[in-house]
Amino acid sequence: MPARKKVGLQTVAFSRPVAVVSSASAVGPLEGEGPLSGSFDIVYPDMLNGEASWEKTERTMMKEAVECALGKANLTCENMDYMLAGDLLNQCISANFAARDLGIPLLGLYGACSTMAESAGLAAMLIDGGYALHAVAAVSSHYGTSERQYRFPTEYGGQRPPYSQYTVTGAGALVLGHGQHFQGQLARITHFTAGKVTDLGRRDPFDMGSAMAPAAADTILRHFSDLSLAPDHYDLVLTGDLALVGHSLTEELLRQQGLVLKERMQDCGLLVFDRTRQPVFSGGSGCGCSAVVLCGHIMDMFKQAKLKRLLLVGTGALLSPTTFQQGDSIPCIAHAVAFELSDDRLLE
Amino acid sequence: MAKKTKAEQRKQFEQKAYNQMVTKKRAKIPIARNVIVAFLVGGFISVIGQVLMMLFVRLGFPEEKAGDPTVATLILIASILTGLGIWDILGQFAGAGAGVPVTGFANAMVSSALEFKREGLVLGVGARMFQLAGPVIVYGAVTAFLVGVVHAVLM
Repeated sequence: MPARKKVGLQTVAFSRPVAVVSSASAVGPLEGEGPLSGSFDIVYPDMLNGEASWEKTERTMMKEAVECALGKANLTCENMDYMLAGDLLNQCISANFAARDLGIPLLGLYGACSTMAESAGLAAMLIDGGYALHAVAAVSSHYGTSERQYRFPTEYGGQRPPYSQYTVTGAGALVLGHGQHFQGQLARITHFTAGKVTDLGRRDPFDMGSAMAPAAADTILRHFSDLSLAPDHYDLVLTGDLALVGHSLTEELLRQQGLVLKERMQDCGLLVFDRTRQPVFSGGSGCGCSAVVLCGHIMDMFKQAKLKRLLLVGTGALLSPTTFQQGDSIPCIAHAVAFELSDDRLLE
Repeated sequence: MAKKTKAEQRKQFEQKAYNQMVTKKRAKIPIARNVIVAFLVGGFISVIGQVLMMLFVRLGFPEEKAGDPTVATLILIASILTGLGIWDILGQFAGAGAGVPVTGFANAMVSSALEFKREGLVLGVGARMFQLAGPVIVYGAVTAFLVGVVHAVLM
């Protein structure tokens, strides 16, 4: 017997679309000065924000994003059945420590920079399956913590290539709930496509865009074919953190397979920073990249009914310093979550 | 060597085609610009070193000893600029021009020490300070040994 809610090979369709009840984002100073500055709930004045270390700042950022999102929905931690959360640090410490303080049952996730899409998709599955009435999906990343873990000390004077990316300092939280219960909901989650790990042999840890592009293209194509969708079905296909190089490669890979999205496809890594005036090289990266764009700017657009349908494609490079030092290539993954405007009047 | 299976051959072909696509789409590293800037900045740092050395000679250091306070001064300047968060900007601008002189070594040590001070003085600063500078010392010693062997054999 095939799975009842599964469509095609990798996609699930929720029987009663899951509501996005509220969302919140917290960011660092550089993001706060970027093109989306008005869309964030909390902007930290500096990278530490009074904490003793960057790791502590990152977990506080995640905690504050969750608290802010819950506050907007007039809900408390006790109302949350699960928190699905992750970050980039070893042992997912930001999620673990934030959940310790919040006291919500935690399911820790690691999907590298795809974790926002992974956590939102899984939370929607839990809610649609009847295992939860509410769940919160949260992720975070921090420039300082990820630089020291994946690359060099931040004050080290090495020269980065122009195709490298800049880790977003930020956290995003989405509060999801069972559809019928919420009148003021922002949007609904209708489908989730879990991605396969894809690897075309790219090895340069500074060039994650070109490593991740095949994974992004694979998941987008799978989602469109599983649901037999036309290229113009979504107003926006929003990839996580492909940045300049990965974005154009993904476009090319999709075009080769006959899917042309043009300006309907955008990338959070290119939206969150202004490359012409901020020192971010090819664009933003990190779990926080797709999270702060989705939980801020995109949810604002849903609120103002400027978007009807969105496909969020979280993209993650699943490397560790050990694997690339041992000469391994970079396996990558992408998960897709479909959102649509919940106000039925606006849908044909 | 075992013959490659069809699937492996196909994968290799796919990877090769993709690599070509990446090379075409990706911005090139501006090698000519980097080399020229590195030469100019590295040369400028060396000029500062020369001026310092002449100053120390004037202050009464014998010529063959004046190199020591010169190197120490350059290390001090690079360390302070690292601590002030300026050296990494210079490093991005000048690349090897900032990295190859003794100033780059100072930056590698100080940036590691700063980065790991939150893990304590022993396991943080003490253990991690040579994380980036360690290879320079190891292979500096190895090279000195090899040169010493050649010297001993030939002379």
